[in-house]
Amino acid sequence: MKQTFCVIFKKESSIIAVDSISCGPHCLMNVDLQTDATLQVDISDALSERDKVKFTVHTKSTLPNFKQNEFSVVRQHEEFIWLHDSFVENEEYAGYIIPPAPPRPDFDASREKLQKLGEGEGSMTKEEFTKMKQELEAEYLAIFKKTVAMHEVFLCRVAAHPVLRKDLNFHVFLEYNQDLSVRGKNKKEKLEDFFKNVVKSADGVLVAGVKDVDDFFEHEKTFLLEYHNRVKEASAKSDRKIRSHKNAADDINRIASTLYTLGTQDSTDLCKFFLKVSELFEKTRKIEARVAADEDLKLADLLKYYLRESQAAKDLLYRRGRALVDYENANKALDKARAKNKDVLQAETTQQVCCQKFEKISESAKQELIDFKTRRVAAFRKNLVELAELELKHAKGNLQLLQSCLGVLKGDT
Amino acid sequence: VCACVRESVCERERESVCECVREGVLFLSQSPEAACLSAEDISPSSNGPRDDDPDDLFAEATEEVSLDSPERQPILSDGPSPAITPVTPVMISPRVDDEDEEENRDTFDIQISVSDPEKVGDGMNAYMVYKVTTKTSLSIFSRDEVCVKRRFSDFLGLYSKLASKYMHMGYIVPPAPEKSIVGMTKVKVGKEDLSSVEFVEKRRSALERYLLRTVKHPALLKDPDVLQFLESSELPRAVSTQALSGAGILRMVNKAADAVNKMTIKMNESDAWFEEKQQQFENLDVQLRKLHASVESLVCHRKELSVNTASFAKSAAMLGNSEDHTALSRALSQLAEVEEKIDQLHQDQSYADFYLISELLGDYVRLITAVKGVFDQRMKAWAKWQDAQVMLQRKREAEAKLQYANKPDKLQQATDEIREWEGKVQQGERDFEQISKNIRREVGRFEKDRVKDFRVVIIKYLESLVHTQQQLIKYWEAFLPEAKAIA
Repeated sequence: MKQTFCVIFKKESSIIAVDSISCGPHCLMNVDLQTDATLQVDISDALSERDKVKFTVHTKSTLPNFKQNEFSVVRQHEEFIWLHDSFVENEEYAGYIIPPAPPRPDFDASREKLQKLGEGEGSMTKEEFTKMKQELEAEYLAIFKKTVAMHEVFLCRVAAHPVLRKDLNFHVFLEYNQDLSVRGKNKKEKLEDFFKNVVKSADGVLVAGVKDVDDFFEHEKTFLLEYHNRVKEASAKSDRKIRSHKNAADDINRIASTLYTLGTQDSTDLCKFFLKVSELFEKTRKIEARVAADEDLKLADLLKYYLRESQAAKDLLYRRGRALVDYENANKALDKARAKNKDVLQAETTQQVCCQKFEKISESAKQELIDFKTRRVAAFRKNLVELAELELKHAKGNLQLLQSCLGVLKGDT
Repeated sequence: VCACVRESVCERERESVCECVREGVLFLSQSPEAACLSAEDISPSSNGPRDDDPDDLFAEATEEVSLDSPERQPILSDGPSPAITPVTPVMISPRVDDEDEEENRDTFDIQISVSDPEKVGDGMNAYMVYKVTTKTSLSIFSRDEVCVKRRFSDFLGLYSKLASKYMHMGYIVPPAPEKSIVGMTKVKVGKEDLSSVEFVEKRRSALERYLLRTVKHPALLKDPDVLQFLESSELPRAVSTQALSGAGILRMVNKAADAVNKMTIKMNESDAWFEEKQQQFENLDVQLRKLHASVESLVCHRKELSVNTASFAKSAAMLGNSEDHTALSRALSQLAEVEEKIDQLHQDQSYADFYLISELLGDYVRLITAVKGVFDQRMKAWAKWQDAQVMLQRKREAEAKLQYANKPDKLQQATDEIREWEGKVQQGERDFEQISKNIRREVGRFEKDRVKDFRVVIIKYLESLVHTQQQLIKYWEAFLPEAKAIA
C-alpha cells in the first residue's frame, strides 16, 4: 500500500517545507497483516509541528459497526498510548500479548542540531551551510518516517488480532473524528505508575519463581527471560555501532569539502586529482550514510521492536503466573474454609472465579506465544534478508564508484 | 607560522613562537648544558617550566626572544644562533647544479629501511634503538649494503646539522619527526600494551620516511653528515645540538628576530613569483591542517566503529544462542560471524587511513613549515643586503666629512671601511640572488615530489577502500543464503 505524506516543520517563523515522499508498506515487523479486507488500518499522512506530530489514521472496513466504509481521523501520540493502556488495564485481555505501544516521537536531538546550525549560519560558507541543512533535514525526515512506521505497526497489530480488533475503544479511536480529550498523565499519575511498576516487577520476580507444572509455559518463561535480556543488549550495541558509522560518514563529508577547496586552490596537476577524489568521497559518503540508515531500519529497529514485544510476552506470562498464584491461594483458602466450615460458599465462588480466569488465560496465552514465535521468526528472516541485500547493494555501488575513479586517476598519470 | 601542528593555538601567523612553546621554553643562550635534554633520557629533575600539554613538555627547545627583550639580537647577525656550530656559508656551495640533478633523478638508486626497534636500558634512562639499513649502488657510499644502529636523538642531531648548513641557502631540509614525551615514557616504563606498540611502529615509520625524504634531496644525499649517519657504526652523540626537536631547530634557525625583520622591513618584492608562491603555500598550509584534523577524526571514529562492531557481534552471538528456533538461531550466529569479520575490516581500514593519509598529511604540514622558513631566509638575506647598502652609504658620508676635517689617518680608515662595505654589499647581492635561485629550484623540486607523493598515496588509499568493499561483498554474499534459509 502506498502512502504519501508531506512533512512541514516550522522553525520559529520560517517554514522549512520538504517535498512529499511516498513510501512502501510500513509493516516491517509483521508479514501477513494486510490480507484481511474486513479491517484495514494505516497512517496515510502525518504532520510534524513544533512539539507534536499529528497522524492521520485511515481505516477501510466492511464491518457493520462503522458508519462508513472508509474514513480518516487525526490522532496524536497520547491517544495511541491511551488506547494501549486501555488494553493493558482490561481484564478480558489478560490472556493476550498486548501489542507494545509505539515510542514517543523524539525530535529533540534533531531540532537542537537544526537550531545550532541556524545560529552558526554566519560562520560557514554558503555551500557548507546548505549541505549541512540538507543533511539535517534528511535526518529529521528519517526519524519522522520511523515514528510514523512504529505508530502504524501498532495499529496494524491491533487490527490483525482476532479479539482486540473488536475492542470498542479501538473503534472509537478509529472513528471518532473529534479530539479524544486524552490528556497525558500528570505528575501524580506518573508517580502512581512508577510505584505500580515497582510493585509489579517485585511481584513479577516472586511469580516467576513459582515453578510451573506445564512444561510449555515453564520453557517459555526461561526462554523469554533470557531472550529479552539478550535482545536488550544487542539493541544497545547495534545503536552504538550505527552511531559510529554515522560519525565516520560525517568525517568523510568534511574531508570531501576540504579536498574540494584544495583542488580549487592548487596550482599543480594535483588540482584535478583533488577535485576528482573530493567528488568520489561526496558520493561514497552518501552511500555510507545510507548503509548506516539501512542498518538502523532493518536491524536496530527490529531489535528494538522485539525488545518491546518480548516484554509484552513477559507481561502475559506474568499475568498468567499471577492468576495461577491467585488460583492456588484460592484453593488453599477453600480448603481452610471447608476445614473450619466457615464462609465456604464465598471461598468456593472465589476459587471458581480464579480457576476460570487462570484457564482462560492459559488457553489463549499458549496460542499467543506460539504466534509470537512465528511472527518473530518471519520478521527476523525478512529483515535479515533485506539487510544482507541492501549491504550488498551498497557495497557494490561503493565498489563501482571507487573503481571507476581509480581508473580515471591512474589513467591520468 | 609556528612549527607545532596545533592549528587552533597558532592563530597569529606572523610570529615564529607560539603560545604552546612559550610556556615550555628552555633558554638556550644561557648554557649549552642546559640545552642538553633528550626526551629519551630525561631525568625527573630537569629544568624548565612544565607545560600543561604533555606532547610539548621539553619537546621544543627554543630561544625565547620576546620582541621587547633587551637580549634581542641585532639585526645584523652573521648567521644562526651560537648554540649551533655554524659552517660559514661561503664555503658550502650547492654540490649539484641543474643538469646534474636531472641525471641523478634518473639514476636514483637507494633504499633505506628503519626496522627492528629494540629497547636498551631500563626505567627512565631507557631508549629505543632502530636498525637503519641502506642498500644502494651509488658510488658515494663505501658499500652496497650497510646496517647501523641509531637512536631517535641521532636523527634529530642529523636534522639539526643539515638545517644549520643548508636552510639559510634556501634549501628545503626535511624536518625530523616530532618528539613525544607521553609516548616514550610509556615505552620506557615497559608497558607492553597496544598503544606503546603502536607508538613505536608509528615512530619507526616516521623515521624511515624522514630518511627517504632526506636522501631524495640531491645535495643532502652527498652531505658528509648524511653519509656518516648512514654508514658509520659509531656516531658521536649529538652533544652541542643535543636532541633538539625538529620543530625546535626550525624555530632556532628562523629566530624570533626574523619576526621583527618582517614587520619593520617591508621587502620590495621585485619578483611576483615569490609573492605568489608564498601565498600559495600559506593557503596550502591552512587546508592541509584542516584535512589532517578531519582524517585524524576519521581514524578515531573508524577505530570506534571497529570496537562497537565487535561488541555487537558478541551480543548477536548471545542472542543466537538463546533463540529457540533452530534455523533463526543459526542465522543469528552467522550474522555474528559476519560482523566479527567486518570489525576486523574496519580496523584494517583505519590503519590504512592512518598510515597512508594521516601521516602523509602530518609530514607535509611540517614540510611546508620548512618551505616557509626558506622564504623567510630569503627575506633575511635581502635585509642583510639592504643593511649593508645603508652602512656603505653612511661610511661614504663619514669619509666625505673627514675629507673636510683633514685627518689623514682617520681618512685612511674610512676609505678602508668603505672598501670593506662595498665588498659586503656585493656579497649581500650575490647571496640574495643565489638564495632566490636556489629557492626557485627547490620549490620546483618540492612541488614535483608533492604531486608524486600525493598521487601515489591517494591511489594506494583508494585501492585499500576497494579491497574493503570487495571483502564486504564476499561476507554478505555468504550470509544471504543463510538468512534465506530461515524457515
